[in-house]
Amino acid sequence: MSQFYTSTDHFVLLPALLLAMFGCAVLLFDFWIFPQEQLRKHLIWFVALGEAFTAIALFRQYSFLNEHGGELVAFNGALVIDGFALFFHWLFLAATLIVALISYRYLEVREEHHGEYYGILMLAQCGMFFLASGTDLVTMFVGLELMAVSFYILVGFLRTDKRSNEAALKYLLLGAFSSGFLAYGFSLLYGMAGSTRLRDVATAVAARDLKDPILLMAIGTVSVGLFFKVSAVPFHMWAPDAYEGAPTSVTAFLSVGSKAASFALLIRLFTALGAARSVWEPVLAGVAVLSLTIGNFAAVTQTNTKRLLAYSSISHAGYMLLGLVAGNDRGLQGMLVYLLVYTFMNLGAFLVIIALNQKDVAGEDVADLGGLIHRNPGYALLMLVFLLSLAGIPPTAGFIGKYYIFMALVEAKMYFLAVIAALYVAVAVFYYFRMVRSMFVEKQEHAGPLTTSFGMRAALVVTGLATLVVGLYPEPFVRLAQTSLMR
Amino acid sequence: MGTITPTHYLVLSAALLLIGTAGVLLRRNVVVVLMSIELILNAVNLNLVAFGNMAGQLNGQIFAIFVITVAVAEAAVGLGILIALFRNKETVQVDEIDLLKW
Repeated sequence: MSQFYTSTDHFVLLPALLLAMFGCAVLLFDFWIFPQEQLRKHLIWFVALGEAFTAIALFRQYSFLNEHGGELVAFNGALVIDGFALFFHWLFLAATLIVALISYRYLEVREEHHGEYYGILMLAQCGMFFLASGTDLVTMFVGLELMAVSFYILVGFLRTDKRSNEAALKYLLLGAFSSGFLAYGFSLLYGMAGSTRLRDVATAVAARDLKDPILLMAIGTVSVGLFFKVSAVPFHMWAPDAYEGAPTSVTAFLSVGSKAASFALLIRLFTALGAARSVWEPVLAGVAVLSLTIGNFAAVTQTNTKRLLAYSSISHAGYMLLGLVAGNDRGLQGMLVYLLVYTFMNLGAFLVIIALNQKDVAGEDVADLGGLIHRNPGYALLMLVFLLSLAGIPPTAGFIGKYYIFMALVEAKMYFLAVIAALYVAVAVFYYFRMVRSMFVEKQEHAGPLTTSFGMRAALVVTGLATLVVGLYPEPFVRLAQTSLMR
Repeated sequence: MGTITPTHYLVLSAALLLIGTAGVLLRRNVVVVLMSIELILNAVNLNLVAFGNMAGQLNGQIFAIFVITVAVAEAAVGLGILIALFRNKETVQVDEIDLLKW
């Protein structure tokens, strides 16, 4: 009988423990100690402190792995810290910090500033930790639900806004539905393996006949659940509604945090199902192409920027899925690079949209971007960088992400998919440039300067720099993705 | 009278999954949709407990308890959101909740 809670277990679990503790502490403090309005703005320091401790814990794990190599396995194989998990943990930390920085002013303007927002933000990040580190079906399921339930609450955070209510309800119904499917698949996988550990599941799948109906049913239901979570067509319908109705700061977090965590889960699960590759690979390829098609063409007709970016994020999910379809190391590496790049460029684009939100202006229409170059040249140029990057035009970061996916497809001799993926870049350029045109050519829609905050400017500088630096000097980041996969 | 074999459990849980899915896709009342989601999760629980029993382990039952807990959390948040929506809009019919569309 193994020991119940060893020091390794504690070392591996520490970041999640810290996040959960600080998240709950923020909830409690908001309730008990900070009834006065003017003290509430100091709650953000709790978030900063919690994230700083988490960063230290993650850094210690990182240096441990650097010294000893291999991976840290805890709880008899239920949790693991390897390069892959750490890569995602850093990504989640960056996304959460940036979102926390910009939320303050946005929620003040919307008059819905409550302390529990930050607590739930950290609990969502805690759920993401278990998605990237979990190697046990139970851990993964509970982590997924912790993240999802936190996001349901965050999407509906503007309680008096009908659109926010509606977005939360739609997201919850479809999200819970898809979780049910995923859990059903998990139960069948457990039944086949007689264990909830992912490596036992992998051996059990390898031992099965590929025509076994239970195996097919398990792969089918797990895939449906995962496609919902990464918002791939035909299970994408929740995404545009949830993105449009949610508070924009939450939309930004949802589009990068939730997506990256779901992709971490997807990569781990499909790797475990690797023995049945011939079953799921064609399905994955079909879903990826459908996502590219629907995502890109539906985005063309949108007038709401949040909805436009929602469809564009569906097409980005398609590109990332193609990395898994290629099935070689370069493909996985491309997925990680793409996720890293996507996190910063997509956050950046949403930041500019948040900046457009002023006291009486929602700022969510493409027309609201009108004449931004005259109103605030800095924001207009940053938005240009983010949009070029989203479209995948060199020398921005988005190009690097797409380049590696294309390379992987060519190496795997899937020329047809590579050509389709490249052609859709042209469609993407078309709708991103509608926003650019609005900013640079069309006349100014609103008068007056944009009021911003320090957090907003800091977050914009970080995302803008990341987008440019990864584009101009990609080697260290590509190597980072490479070493993350090797360990 | 035959004995109950694992196949019986599997068929029952598959039927529950189908009924739940049909409920989510076809019913118009949000509360009924939430109940249908519970049906799906109960299909999962049935599977887990049956498989756990077959393998002679407790793992399946432990997983089932986690699923039940998660289902409760989801239902609580779901009903909370529904109440917030009802205060603003006075409806629980899915097809009347239609502000967001292209």
